[in-house]
Amino acid sequence: MSTLNYDGVNEITEFFTRKSLAGDATLSAQIFKLDRRQFLKLTGMVGSGLMLGFALPRARAHADHVDFNPNGYIKIDQEGITLYAPNPEIGQGVKTSLPMIVAEELDADWTEIRVVQSEINQVAYGQQFAGGSTAIPSNYTKLRQASATARAMLVQAAAEQWNVSSSTLSTESSQVLQVSTGRKISYQDLATTAASLPVPSSESIKLKDPKQFRLLGTRVTGVDNEALVRGEPLFGIDVTVPDMKYAIYQKCPAIGGSVKSANIEEIKQMPGVVDVFTLEGNGNIGELLPGVAIIANSTWEALQAKRALNVQWDETQAAKDSWSAARKEAARLAQENASQVANTGDFDAAMIASTATASGFYQYHFVTHAPLEPQNCTAHYKGDSLELWAPTQTPGSAIRTAANMTGLQPSQVTLHQMRCGGGFGRRLYNDFVSEAAAIAYRSENPIKLQWTREDDVRYDLFRAGGFHQMDGCVDENGKVTGWRNRFITFAPGGRPASSVSGGVFPGGMIDNLRVEQAALDWTHRCAAWRAPGSNVFAFVVQCFLDELAHAAQRDSLEVLLEVLGEPRAIGRGWRGQGMHTGRAANVVKLAAERAGWGKELPKNTGMGVAFYYSHAGHIAEVAEVSVGGEEDTVKNRSGENVVRRKLTVHKVTVASDVGPIINLSGAENQVEGSVIDALSTMMDLSITFENGRAEQTNFDKYRIMRASASPAVEAHFIDTGEYPPTGLGEPVFPPLAPAVGNAIFAACGHRVRTLPISEEGFYLA
Amino acid sequence: MKINVNGTTHELGEINPQTPLLWVLRDHLSLVGTKYGCGISQCGACTVLVDGEVMKSCLYPVSAVGDAQVTTIEGVAAKDGTLTPLQQAWIDLDVAQCGYCQAGQIISAEALMRKNPTPSDDEIDAAMNPNLCRCGTYIRIRNAIKRVADSNKSGQNGG
Repeated sequence: MSTLNYDGVNEITEFFTRKSLAGDATLSAQIFKLDRRQFLKLTGMVGSGLMLGFALPRARAHADHVDFNPNGYIKIDQEGITLYAPNPEIGQGVKTSLPMIVAEELDADWTEIRVVQSEINQVAYGQQFAGGSTAIPSNYTKLRQASATARAMLVQAAAEQWNVSSSTLSTESSQVLQVSTGRKISYQDLATTAASLPVPSSESIKLKDPKQFRLLGTRVTGVDNEALVRGEPLFGIDVTVPDMKYAIYQKCPAIGGSVKSANIEEIKQMPGVVDVFTLEGNGNIGELLPGVAIIANSTWEALQAKRALNVQWDETQAAKDSWSAARKEAARLAQENASQVANTGDFDAAMIASTATASGFYQYHFVTHAPLEPQNCTAHYKGDSLELWAPTQTPGSAIRTAANMTGLQPSQVTLHQMRCGGGFGRRLYNDFVSEAAAIAYRSENPIKLQWTREDDVRYDLFRAGGFHQMDGCVDENGKVTGWRNRFITFAPGGRPASSVSGGVFPGGMIDNLRVEQAALDWTHRCAAWRAPGSNVFAFVVQCFLDELAHAAQRDSLEVLLEVLGEPRAIGRGWRGQGMHTGRAANVVKLAAERAGWGKELPKNTGMGVAFYYSHAGHIAEVAEVSVGGEEDTVKNRSGENVVRRKLTVHKVTVASDVGPIINLSGAENQVEGSVIDALSTMMDLSITFENGRAEQTNFDKYRIMRASASPAVEAHFIDTGEYPPTGLGEPVFPPLAPAVGNAIFAACGHRVRTLPISEEGFYLA
Repeated sequence: MKINVNGTTHELGEINPQTPLLWVLRDHLSLVGTKYGCGISQCGACTVLVDGEVMKSCLYPVSAVGDAQVTTIEGVAAKDGTLTPLQQAWIDLDVAQCGYCQAGQIISAEALMRKNPTPSDDEIDAAMNPNLCRCGTYIRIRNAIKRVADSNKSGQNGG
């Protein structure tokens, strides 16, 4: 057993998986805890009565005008209106959608505003992170309130300038108007007066009726689109600072191994190499692993030096993980009772009384996040301060680990948020920031630490593999009466990488339900990966429900709707927005109707339906697929003989209820992207481990889906007006795999129970 | 050594001739629009044009460029900044999510359209399959290309 500690890694993972489902405030405070001194100082500032409780930026006076800076989100000056996007942009679109909320409530002209990524300031913005599909729901009301307040102050400023009652005034396109007289004045011309006004009480501020929204719910293109198509520097990897050097950090290929010896003096003599040194690591597998740092004048020279570097590793403490051994052990454990997590009714009695039963052993491989921009961080240590440029999803914890690495206080660390070339959960963890800070601490120059793709895969925090022995039954009416989910997971650092609970589907919907869990010893770090937990549980439970429908000789859609039952709330759920079976049934019915469920289909073509609730989103998907005939027999990754069959996914129909849509273009893009990501992942993505090493470390063996296999995707949204908005970065992912799996069964009678399904012979046309 | 990028000749001074063009562009010339994704010519994030032909710059030694004209994403728009129809379609159809692969995608699409202004769906797939998009924006990429192809068919972009 390794002596490495996993502090931070497991907490973050749990926060973004099951704890966030319960809205655990204590854990949230723990993960996002402020440095104590900084906390006291900043809250002191709030106590002194700063405008709206926001600490920055302060209004700046010029010769004859003053900037209107009512809060951290809005600045109106002679240049125009600038809106600050507080949360990290990882491709989920929040650099556009969050300022849209501000512009709506402010009545600012979207075509004229400028959007800037904000600095990190917990007092001004609260927790600034990208994870758990939280950016929209956690900011929605806060941004509206702040923007409506600013708007009220601009109206008041016009009222004072014109000496009229503010009730006679309205706003539109960054102007205050008096309709009765036709008078207009721009926000810019009101900035100086507005800046001098007292902040009205929050009770006096009236938010817009959503029916009056002009911008929200429309299609708005991304604020960085033009910069992207011109190839302008936006990403962490694009950062260049004066006198910057390029760093590479070589760690043991078996995670946790330490450096015995290395040809450091020889490497120091190589062209362009500035310095080479060993770092011992700090024992925390989530921060700094042992390794050798190389600093050079260019990335290529650093990479050449890395190639020539010869390290003798001490692997006593290193991972010994073996996927093939784990699979054998899991198959054995699946036949035994595991630790009981939830038990309602009497599962055994239901099985005895049943008319038909089903049983299946489901398994899924490990996968890696593989954001296309490999991890990197630029760091400049200046003795009494540290400046960072990092593509991170959790800038707050990046600042804390960097402080920890350099002996500074978090208040001495400045972090510039860079656009992230993909996140998917990987950049919730800041080990690359820890390394950059530790290397910069020993460097004369600022350094840009660059991970290679191989580093990015090998030292990922993986989506854990897992195994489920599923058993269930139906009664004489074909109703699902018994359900047992026996889950075998992995336990890095002794804590399960993932957990089932009584709340996992169909918890609360089946009379006799038993959930069990066991865990295998493991060393590689496992973590939150787009829609954690749900991204694999959905496949298992929605396919197994389809198995039961088949056992009952009933229509899958009819059985799914019957299990959902009467409209009611189930559990507290995420941020207090639990699953509601009525919302669930509505999206299921809509997806089925739009997909043409039940229509005549060609031979070897089938439809599958699946529903999943995650991150407060209710999502149903219907896939239409064709399966080709049986081809040759080949060996899969596990050395088993499988028959190859061609799969064509023609179309995926998605119905989502995530409350009101902020940016329709962004929402549709998330739906399309989630479907393609989920299809790519279920088809052929797998990381296997032997001898403590990941066996796939680049895209030659980790084959992400290519463009030509893309299905048609139809996105439909339900907004009843009863619920607040929630995020769409994750919840569309989970139902795709079971919808396709069930469609494969409908098309050809083969039940897929393994992810990726290439393990069962399927490949995409 | 000298190379011509986007119409400008750059003196590289003393440089290892084996240095991949990708790192010359990024580290030596500060043209960071071309991206590093895999380093083994699998993902297409580093795609550039060399005399109009698509080239994965991550494995292409700078010494192989010779007198050829290199075009990177920074050189796709006209000198006066006017965007190409493809770049405009990418903006209008809101193609990008994280955006990291899009420089390579646009380069591949530009190369396709310059040779074949009205490609079929299969021709689009063949040209674009070398470029991975981790966010899964393939549908919009295809739509953006088809929009330009359609206007080429109707002569709006001068055929």
